[in-house]
Amino acid sequence: MIKRKLMLGNEAIALGLMENGCTMATSYPGTPASEILASFAALQKEESMPRHVQWAVNEKVAFEIAYAGSMSGLRTAVSMKQVGLNVASDSLMSAAYLGVTGGFVVISADDPGPHSSQTEQDSRLMAMMAKIPVLDPDSPMQAREMVATAFELSETFEIPVMLRPTTRVCHARQDIQPGNIQWHPREIDFQKDPARWAATPKFRFHLHQALEKKLDAIASYPKTAPVRLNVGADASKAVIVSGVAAGHAKEIMKDLNLWDRIPMYQVLQPFPLHGDFVSHMIDTYDEILVVEETTGIIEMQLADRHRIKGKLTRSVPRVGELLPETVEKIISEFAGVDPVEIDGASDPGVRPTLCAGCPHRAAFFAIKKAAPKGIYPSDIGCYTLGLNLGAVDTVLCMGAAVSQAAGFYHAFKNEKKPPDIVATIGDSTFFHAGVPALIDAVVQKVSFVLVILDNRTTAMTGNQPTPAVGMGAVGESLNSVEIEALVEGCGVKFCRVEDPYNLNEFISLLKDAVKYSREHGPAVVISRHPCLIDRLRKEKPAHQPVKVEVSDECDGCGFCVDHFECPALVLNEAADQVDIDPILCNGCGVCICVCPKNSIKEKGKDHSENTK
Amino acid sequence: MIGSMKQQIVISGVGGQGVLFVTRLLAEAAIMRGFSVFTSETHGMAQRGGTVLSHLKVGNFSSPLIRPANADGLLALKAGGLSQHGFYLKPDAWAAVNRREAVVQDSESPVFAVDADGLAQRIHQPKSVNLILLGFTVGVVSKALENRLFCSFEDLKAVLEKQLAGKKKMLGDAITALETGFNEFERLNLG
Repeated sequence: MIKRKLMLGNEAIALGLMENGCTMATSYPGTPASEILASFAALQKEESMPRHVQWAVNEKVAFEIAYAGSMSGLRTAVSMKQVGLNVASDSLMSAAYLGVTGGFVVISADDPGPHSSQTEQDSRLMAMMAKIPVLDPDSPMQAREMVATAFELSETFEIPVMLRPTTRVCHARQDIQPGNIQWHPREIDFQKDPARWAATPKFRFHLHQALEKKLDAIASYPKTAPVRLNVGADASKAVIVSGVAAGHAKEIMKDLNLWDRIPMYQVLQPFPLHGDFVSHMIDTYDEILVVEETTGIIEMQLADRHRIKGKLTRSVPRVGELLPETVEKIISEFAGVDPVEIDGASDPGVRPTLCAGCPHRAAFFAIKKAAPKGIYPSDIGCYTLGLNLGAVDTVLCMGAAVSQAAGFYHAFKNEKKPPDIVATIGDSTFFHAGVPALIDAVVQKVSFVLVILDNRTTAMTGNQPTPAVGMGAVGESLNSVEIEALVEGCGVKFCRVEDPYNLNEFISLLKDAVKYSREHGPAVVISRHPCLIDRLRKEKPAHQPVKVEVSDECDGCGFCVDHFECPALVLNEAADQVDIDPILCNGCGVCICVCPKNSIKEKGKDHSENTK
Repeated sequence: MIGSMKQQIVISGVGGQGVLFVTRLLAEAAIMRGFSVFTSETHGMAQRGGTVLSHLKVGNFSSPLIRPANADGLLALKAGGLSQHGFYLKPDAWAAVNRREAVVQDSESPVFAVDADGLAQRIHQPKSVNLILLGFTVGVVSKALENRLFCSFEDLKAVLEKQLAGKKKMLGDAITALETGFNEFERLNLG
C-alpha cells in the first residue's frame, strides 16, 4: 500500500487533473487558486510526458488556450480565482454555446470571507449565467474525485464543466492516497466545423437550443445527483448542504445529536439542480434549510418558496464566510435546539504590511515626496499595502490603476489647478490588464505618472514568473518581453528606469516625470528592484546589505514609523527613540535617507557622508 | 486507539513566522502515527506580516475548521495570540505562548510561556521561533499534562528528518531549535 500523503486541496485538484489525463493546463495566479497550476507543474516535472503547462498573461488568454486544446480533442483545464473568471467571462459565455470536444474543466476558486479578494462573488452564478454545470467540493479529497466526474460530464455532454472550490478546500490539507498517474495518449484532431466553431448569430440560436437540451439531461445525470447523507433519519424538516458548509454541517449534526433525526442531503452539482431531487424535496418536507456559500444558488432553484429557509429568507447570512460556528447556530435554530452562544474573535489582529526592505515601500515614500498632494490610484498585488503609507488611494481590480488615473485626469482637467496623478501598478498586473489602458491614456494625452513596480515576479501569489522573466511554469526557458519596450510601444515618450533603493535619485526622477506629465501627457517610471522573497530568482542580489543604527540624536519623533512604516523600525516610547529590529531588518538602507533629522546612519560610517 | 483519536489544535502567529511549517510538521506526525488529519491554512495577503491562523484536526473530521470552545490546545507564536485566539479553547485546554513573562494562570486551563524570541537569538537562529515553541509545546504537554498530545518529540524529529532529507545544515539547525524548546521545560521547573 502506498502511504497516504499530506496534500493541499489545490495539490489534490492537480493530482485529479493528472490522473484523468489532462494534457493542457493553464492559469493566471490568484489566491486561493494559485497552487493548482504550480502543483500540476511539479507533477509534470516528475513525469515529463508531453503536456502543456503554462502561466498565461491573464485569465482570458489562459481560458482560450486551454479551450482550443479541448476543441482539438484533448482533456484540458484552466484554473483561476473567482475575479479572474470575470476577466475570462467573455470566453466562457461563448464556449458554453459552442461546447467542447475533449473534456474541459474550468476551475474557479471562490473566497468567501473574503480572505484575499476584492469580492465574495459566487462563481456558481457565473456557471448559471453561462449555462454550464458546476460541481461544489467539500474537501480536498472530494475535489480530487470531482475532477474525474467533471471530465466525464464534460465529454458526455460536450460542455465545459466548472469545478468551484472555495478557500477552505484550496487551502485545507488532508491525508490522501497518492494516485497512479497513467499516460493516456489521445489522438489530436481538430474537426473543422464553421457552423459551430465560428457560428454566426443565426447558428448561435440553434446552439442555444442545444445547450438547453444538454442542461435538461445534465439535471438528471445520475453521477452528480444529490446524496442522502443519513439514511435512517426521518422528520418533516430537512437540511440541504453543499461545499465546505457540508463538511461543517456533518460534524455539527452529530454533535447536536440531530444526525439520526433530521434528514440531510448534500448537493454535488448546485447547477443545474437535479429535477427529481427538487420534486422529492418539495413533495416530502414541510420545511427545508439550505446552507451553501456564498449566494443561494440551490435555494433559488427550489420552486416552492414558502417551505425554504436560506439566504432569501435571511435565515442564513448573505455576507461573509459560513464559519462552522455560524452553521451550528443556523442548524440549532432550524431544529429547535438551544444554540450555544460563544463569543468569537473580537481582536482584529495584526494588519499585513510590506516586508522589511521591500522595494515598493521606497517607491511609495518617493511618490509622496514627489507629488505630496497627488491622487494615487493603485492596483492588485502586494503593493496594495501601500495603503499603510498613505500612498494608495484606490484599488478596484486588475489594471484599473491606469484607467482610473485617466478618469481622474479627465474629471479634473478643466479645474484651475488639477492635482498631480501618480498611479502604481505591479509588473505582472501591467502585463495582465494595464497595457490597453496605457494605450488609451497615450491617445487621450492623459497627464499622469505611471510607476510600474517591477520586482521581476508575481509576488503576492507566491512568485510565479511574469512575461519579462523568460521562464515557464515547469522552469523551462522561454522568450521574454521587456517592460520598457512594451511601454514605448504603447507610444509613451517618457520612460525611465531606476532602483528605488537609490531613494534620492528616485525622488528626483519622479519629480521630473511629474513635471513632464503636466505638459506632455503620460510619463512612465519603472521602479526596478527584485522581490526579496522570490525563491525562483537565480542571480545574486546586486545590493550589499547596509548595517544601519539609530544615533542618540533620535528624538523619537516617529516620522519614519508613520511615513515609511517599515516593520523593522520600532518606536520605543519609553526611551523616546526608534529601535531597529535586527531580525527583521534586511539592510536596504533606505531609512537613512528617510529620517528628516539624519539620526539613522550606516554603522561605523562618518556622519557627514550621510547628510544630503 | 486510532479510531477514537480526536484532537483539535489552533496555531497562531503572524506572516513570516512559520505557522504553516509548524502546522505541516504536526500534520505529518499525525499521518506517521496512522491518524487522519485535516488542516486549514491562511494564504495570500495576510502572509505579509498579518495575523496567520492554522487549524489542525487529528482524527476523523469532515470540516477543516475548529469551532470556538472546541480546541484542545493553542500554540501562539506571538504573545497576543492567546487573547486573540483563546476563544477557540475548551475550558480545560492547554496553551503554549511565546512571551517573555510568565503567564498568570487565572483559570483551570494550563498556559505555558516560553521566551522563544530570546532563545532564538541565543542559538543564533533568529527565524527558528516556530520550532522552539513547537519543541517547548511537545515538552510541556507530554511532561506536565501526561502525554495529552497526539505525537511525541521523537515523532517530530523523524518528520523533520524526512522533510529536510539531504539538507544537512538546515536539518541540524532545525533539530537544535526543536531541542532547545523541548529542554526549556526542564529549566522552567514547572509541574
